Amino acid sequence: MDKSVKASPCCGGSFSSKGEIPREEGFVDGRVNTPAGPVPRVHSRIGSRDLLGRWKVRWGIGRDRYRVAPGLYALGAPDGNAPVLVTANYKLTFDVVRRDAAGLDAWILVLDTRGINVWCAAGEGTFGTEEVIRRVTETRLSEVVSHRRLILPQLGAPGVAAHEVRKGCGFSVAYGPVRIRDVRSFLDAGMKATPAMRRVVFPTIDRLVLTPVEITGMLRPAGGAAIGLFLLAGIGPDVFSLGAAWQRGVPAVLALAAGILAGAVVTPVLLPWLPGRAFSVKGGLAGGVLAACAVMWRRGALEAPAALALLLAMAAVSSFVAMNFTGATPFTSPSGVEKEMRRALPVQAGLTVLAGLLWVGGAFLR
Amino acid sequence: MCAQVCPHGVFAVARGKARILDRDACMECGACARNCPADAIAVHPGVGCASAIMNGWLSGSKPSCGCGG
Repeated sequence: MDKSVKASPCCGGSFSSKGEIPREEGFVDGRVNTPAGPVPRVHSRIGSRDLLGRWKVRWGIGRDRYRVAPGLYALGAPDGNAPVLVTANYKLTFDVVRRDAAGLDAWILVLDTRGINVWCAAGEGTFGTEEVIRRVTETRLSEVVSHRRLILPQLGAPGVAAHEVRKGCGFSVAYGPVRIRDVRSFLDAGMKATPAMRRVVFPTIDRLVLTPVEITGMLRPAGGAAIGLFLLAGIGPDVFSLGAAWQRGVPAVLALAAGILAGAVVTPVLLPWLPGRAFSVKGGLAGGVLAACAVMWRRGALEAPAALALLLAMAAVSSFVAMNFTGATPFTSPSGVEKEMRRALPVQAGLTVLAGLLWVGGAFLR
Repeated sequence: MCAQVCPHGVFAVARGKARILDRDACMECGACARNCPADAIAVHPGVGCASAIMNGWLSGSKPSCGCGG
């Protein structure tokens, strides 16, 4: 599961379902004829283009344009009795479906979620009751299959009311497992999911793949902060000195970068092992420990106010950045995050101001 | 149904009734409320995302990530 996409600056307005995205992509390798017309058949191989695309969106490049055309696709050689799997039109999601459902003969009904993954789209309502009904009707699914059942990913449930879909298009909704790789066991067990298949987990590898986009999202604010730091660094007994701006600015910007890394990479990876429940506490600790190491390492070169400033600032930056990772996790609640922010933001701001005073003040003490 | 769709196993169903086992595990996604034919539960669904909440504060609107697609 990957909620990272929800932070995407999506926009782009509505994407019409026809014409704009070709259905003749690399993953289509044929046609299956049905009473409702030919349906593109997809294969399960993930090629170098898919891998490159995946790498790019992980770094936040073109993430809001990584889509497949909505509509019906065939996987394997499905017939009128084959199951219908419903999914989103984020290509990252679609690739996982065709890869992990390999070997299955199934129909894949792709909803227009504007290139957003299932869970986030369900939260926004685009993976929703109306879109399911619209897509079932538009693809004339009732002519393609003889049964009247759709298998939706469980994480689509925040956007879809199963009982209303049935009323709206005659198809009943079964919620399948959270992860598509369990769908075969789910089908073999007579459409039954084990409790483990129904639970969302967030293992280290899933946290790790989300860290690049955390960093790229920080680049712009970090750039602004770095300029501010260089300006502040120049302030001293000579009012403003370019030499000091450079000499004191570089270590300050390095500390900023280290704080961001602590919050955006170290904290997410070590998430379950860092003490505390609040992300701000976890991030603050990670940043603080890292800063303490930096102070020890450079102890000859640092004066006391600068060392203290470094410690406070890195903890505050890391704490703030770590708090932003709440949006990428599959378990934080809006009320919980808001509560944490009301407490943490004043502390983070206070530490930053204190660090700034110590640091600028330190220049006058020399 | 609520027990089925919950990603964090918050509910247990016994003798035809659903009970909340672990309220703190809830992430307020709203899947249970949306799929309850009896309208028995209400959730203010939203995203547990700090930058979304900050956007909401700054723009004075509902928290959303980016522009809400």
